[in-house]
Amino acid sequence: MRDRGTGGDAPLWDNGAGPLVRPYTMTGGRTRSEGARLDMISVVIASGREADRSSLQPEHASILGLCHSPVSVAEVAAHMDIPMAVVKVLLGDLVDRGFVLARAPLPQAQVPETNILQAVLDGIRRL
Amino acid sequence: MVFADSDAAPGADTIPRALKILVAGGFGAGKTTLVGSVSEISPLRTEEVMTEAGLGVDDLSGVEQKTTTTVALDFGRITIDPDLVLYLFGTPGQERFWFMWDELAQGTLGSVVLADTRRLDACFPAVDFFERRDIPFVVAVNRFDGSEDYADDEVREALDIGADVPVVQADARSRDSGKKVLLTLIRHVITRRSLARTGGARTASSPSMG
Repeated sequence: MRDRGTGGDAPLWDNGAGPLVRPYTMTGGRTRSEGARLDMISVVIASGREADRSSLQPEHASILGLCHSPVSVAEVAAHMDIPMAVVKVLLGDLVDRGFVLARAPLPQAQVPETNILQAVLDGIRRL
Repeated sequence: MVFADSDAAPGADTIPRALKILVAGGFGAGKTTLVGSVSEISPLRTEEVMTEAGLGVDDLSGVEQKTTTTVALDFGRITIDPDLVLYLFGTPGQERFWFMWDELAQGTLGSVVLADTRRLDACFPAVDFFERRDIPFVVAVNRFDGSEDYADDEVREALDIGADVPVVQADARSRDSGKKVLLTLIRHVITRRSLARTGGARTASSPSMG
């Protein structure tokens, strides 16, 4: 088994237990956000609100740094290289404290609107 | 389930809303290749730790009955317009686990089942999954060098899918081909929705529209 260097990116791996990281230490043990509930494709953006950041953990600050333009929860998780469930809790904190705005995915009930599907067709054709 | 939406906050309505399409199929069918060929960004990867409760085991040994696995998702993005962004998620190779991932299927606009004709049976689970959940899907036959040609009807028969499910021949490496697959899917979604509105969806064998 490899040693994890201080700057190492690869988590230790145990074939029985899976990744030997404790991602939920970043969330203080919380597995879901108490406030904002985010989907994997909820789109988030930094609110630009100037506020006291002293209560933020380093991971909060890193996430906030990724939210200058609209990004999905999944993209934040990929860039942070931490599981999506953990990112949702941390982003939920940022939403609750007003640092980040979130937009829920388009509800399925609204998707049938022909103009949206037509826009998707047009957008794909433009690729 | 209600997800957070800070619509009430000033500025939130300038945030685009997202839609998603799943790309499923057997291991090595070319899912990530297809996602990459149409995505405006290099495919990203995110991982999720999944816990599966033991099934059919005596409840004597407690926590040991749970197994944990890491499921990886590769995904790409297509910006449709300033208000709309489309995400394409390639389902993980460990088919056994992505079926547990309810959130993956929830709210999906539609799906592409990528078929490798050398291993058509590898996409049975995906076809079954989308049929059960009534998620519209198309079958894209990824043409690998040296693989036999199959007519659309032969693929349809082998997969036991209805005449209304579009089958398209594709090359997952080609953007034009990937676009054609996605356009076929969106047209299929539009057709199904309009049939549902007119009450035609219940009679599943209605002729497909061009």
